[in-house]
Amino acid sequence: MTATQERTSSGEVGRDRRRKEDQRLITGRTRWTDNIQLPGMLHLAMVRSPFAHARITSIDTSEAKAATNVVAVLTGEDVKDEQGSLPNAWPITPDQKAPPHPSIAVDRVAFAGEIVAVVVARSAAEARDAAELVDVDYEELPAALDLKDAANDTTLAHPDLGTNKSAFWKFDSAEAGTGGNVDEAIEKARGDGIVIEREYRQQRLIPAFMEPRSVVVDPTGEQITVWSATQIPHILRFLMAAVLGVSEAKIRVIAPDVGGGFGGKLQTTPEEWATFMAARRLGKPCKYTETRSESLMAGHHGRDQWQKLTLSATKDGTVTGLKVELLADMGAYISLVGGGVPVLGAFMFNAIYKFPAYQFNCQTVLTNKTWTDAYRGAGRPEATFAIERLMDELAVELGVDPLEVREKNWIKHEEFPFITVCGLEYDSGNYEAATAKAKEMFGYDELRAEQQRRRDSGDPVQLGIGVSTFTEMCGLAPSRVLGSLDYGAGGWEHASVRMLPTGKVEVITGASAHGQGHETAWSQIVADRLGVAFEDVEVLHGDTQIAHKGLDTYGSRSLVVGGEALVKAADKVVEKAKPIAAHLLEASADDLEFSGGKFSVKGTDKGMAIGEVALATFAAHNLPDGVEPSLDSDATYDPVNFSFPHGTHLCAVEIDTETGGVKMRKYVCVDDIGNIVNPLIVSGQVHGGLVQGIAQALFEEAVHDEAGTLVSASFVDYLVPTAADTISFDTAHTTSPSLTNTLGTKGVGEAGTIASTPAVVNAVVDAIRHFGVDDVQMPCTPARIWKAIHAHDQGGGTPTPGDAAPHFDEQDVADRTAGADDTAGGAQ
Amino acid sequence: MTKIEVTVDGAKYADDVEPRMLLVHYLRERLGKTGTVVGCDTSNCGACTVHVDGRSVKSCNMLAVQADGHEVTTVEGLAQDGELHPVQKAFHECHALQCGYCTPGMIMQSIDLLNDNPNPSEEEIRTGLEGNLCRCTGYHNIVKAVQTAAGGAQ
Repeated sequence: MTATQERTSSGEVGRDRRRKEDQRLITGRTRWTDNIQLPGMLHLAMVRSPFAHARITSIDTSEAKAATNVVAVLTGEDVKDEQGSLPNAWPITPDQKAPPHPSIAVDRVAFAGEIVAVVVARSAAEARDAAELVDVDYEELPAALDLKDAANDTTLAHPDLGTNKSAFWKFDSAEAGTGGNVDEAIEKARGDGIVIEREYRQQRLIPAFMEPRSVVVDPTGEQITVWSATQIPHILRFLMAAVLGVSEAKIRVIAPDVGGGFGGKLQTTPEEWATFMAARRLGKPCKYTETRSESLMAGHHGRDQWQKLTLSATKDGTVTGLKVELLADMGAYISLVGGGVPVLGAFMFNAIYKFPAYQFNCQTVLTNKTWTDAYRGAGRPEATFAIERLMDELAVELGVDPLEVREKNWIKHEEFPFITVCGLEYDSGNYEAATAKAKEMFGYDELRAEQQRRRDSGDPVQLGIGVSTFTEMCGLAPSRVLGSLDYGAGGWEHASVRMLPTGKVEVITGASAHGQGHETAWSQIVADRLGVAFEDVEVLHGDTQIAHKGLDTYGSRSLVVGGEALVKAADKVVEKAKPIAAHLLEASADDLEFSGGKFSVKGTDKGMAIGEVALATFAAHNLPDGVEPSLDSDATYDPVNFSFPHGTHLCAVEIDTETGGVKMRKYVCVDDIGNIVNPLIVSGQVHGGLVQGIAQALFEEAVHDEAGTLVSASFVDYLVPTAADTISFDTAHTTSPSLTNTLGTKGVGEAGTIASTPAVVNAVVDAIRHFGVDDVQMPCTPARIWKAIHAHDQGGGTPTPGDAAPHFDEQDVADRTAGADDTAGGAQ
Repeated sequence: MTKIEVTVDGAKYADDVEPRMLLVHYLRERLGKTGTVVGCDTSNCGACTVHVDGRSVKSCNMLAVQADGHEVTTVEGLAQDGELHPVQKAFHECHALQCGYCTPGMIMQSIDLLNDNPNPSEEEIRTGLEGNLCRCTGYHNIVKAVQTAAGGAQ
């Protein structure tokens, strides 16, 4: 029941256009970075540290250098004066501690997987063979691995810093003047109300885009050309120039076809830097493509927080305050956005609710694990998880339906625009409408009745119903706000519209798609705006020599920021064409109206299509005096506010209480993302987002062993869900158009991921709450669920008798039992 | 070096290859068949899926020398005379791809699945595609595309 197949307006916008991008992708006519072959191209292989923390005592490269077709071997020592430090664009406090981040480690490694040497050879296979010959001696150092231990400085990740604490960031509604004093609210509730105190774990995740990262650097032209599987060609160009001491004008960055990102390619990487340095030294095109293990081990990770939460409410369930205390694991280095990720969640813990008092505290912590940064949702999934889990706990405390306690506290539709306890202005929304629709589609009351029946009959398969009524802030972001948060850049976006003499239109966008379908959606917008055919619009992006200006794609920003830039550029084209059309039609510009791609003289049948104006402008034989012979227009748009999509997600799971196995039965979501440009593309964004959020709830976790080695470093161990693990979804929409952009759109790229995780975990906990369970740590594996069910009986303490599992040998049983102990995390 | 003769997408090739060269690398690096991609190196993701003598094979899991004397079809060889294969059409029609990186393998596996079972249930489709990972679509529209292609074939 997806709302995809209907046309919701007479124009292109709202139509479920099939994507322009597909033709090349379904026929294999693709330009992935790794496809690029250049004459004389050399290939890189990385030598990576097997230790989480160690001093490099010596590196012997002689054997590798002597290997067949090896051209060079670079160590940190070789490049220490040119490599600089990989950038952190968001120092969240003035005193943030951030260790220098060399691309190639010089004398110390700080996580397992860090690059210690680079082998350059004539083929990738020869480079990898020779990488095995690089002999590195390490002196192992104690590693800071556990986040809580690291926060206590038990072991130092970077001894020179003297502490693992990178930055402490706080927002307090009383201090900000946006709300009351949270400590007073909690104190009062301890006396005469309800206080819910919980600690939740946001496990470490890996973005796991399907295309491994790849970079090609060609230094043979006037510009050094960099192809990279990146989300951020413009930011990469700027930062490469800034760090590596090359004029920005001498670097051209191209993001060709990019196979997914999800935040994982929102980074300036050691691999890009190393390839750039190798190409510059050797004067030859160089390529590096990572293996999947390298990708999982050394590409940045996401999430990884402990969340301590205190919610206060009156006895009738009105929330009076929320206090958040976070520990956020940065890994070994402060990455590009780094500590900014939890800060992006700081204003979202209050979610859709009218909390009068709020405080957010976040301590970012350095450890000897892979560095963390943005992963789909970045900060907002963590916030949404926390509050949506807490609202369920509050409902249980009150003995009411979880939707009832939410409704009691949420912002009513007639209260928009609403200024939250964080000082953000939510422009529009209707939580009642989305919830009503979702309940109806879900069959909420029937499922609740079935749940009761299964409870009453002691059915070994129990049903759980999970709720998540989310909102998020996306469309990053108003530059002034970013400035006030000490982010290093703005949040505008750029677009150009070029009118070709044949009437075709070239659109250039600073957004950099990697699967989102911008070529299609942007064509729809321009087709409507200029009254030209969808097929006549060509969208160009992802090459800094073509799309010279932009801030790229992340944070569900492309449509709400980049789309608005496009609208403004297209409108400028019309404005520029108008006096020319008036001149050619021998009319006054004031008498012209533009509609359906045509300028008409009011009250006459005289008119001229914009394509005709474009041709006449190209010829320039007969233009009004002083008018430039061009309709081409640019616009750079800085958003006035964030975008606040919202929605109600309902999930039903069946739990086999005998095995702990989870089966998803039904998932309904009704998202309000404002006006929709292309419902087909939106459905895809929602489905994919849902599965990533569901994966956090049920499957995925980056696991390090006690030595700091990532043990989930292949797709054998890092459990990206398959088709067989997932179900088909019931998605629909309600529409409260955004008031902050012309098209009335809101972001959708991250919505599914942000909303779904708590819906699923709430469903899991709901299914087994009658066993005394009030939490199951993510991912909610069968082992964890089973242990949670049996936490209060003898079941968890009794080892499986050998004869109950005759197909296991004794050693096997012992291993499994020991393993099960490690996955504790059940009821508290 | 070992001499092999392989037919790929209808054209005959003869090459000397290193015995350790994987079929996927042979396709990509020697023949320029870059439509077939590498996603994981461990035969989990299926992005490299091609057909060998009409059956789906993960080409990262087969040596080029093992393809000697066999017929390989990649995603680039599916369209005939400019006409897309019904499964390619269904992927486009149902928006069963976003970034497109898993798509070649997903299409090749879907064709294999439908060859085995022309009228699969949703569950059979999901099980049949279990060896192919997609990070973008959540599989919803991929399943729909396979259903659509199956319906269209009837």
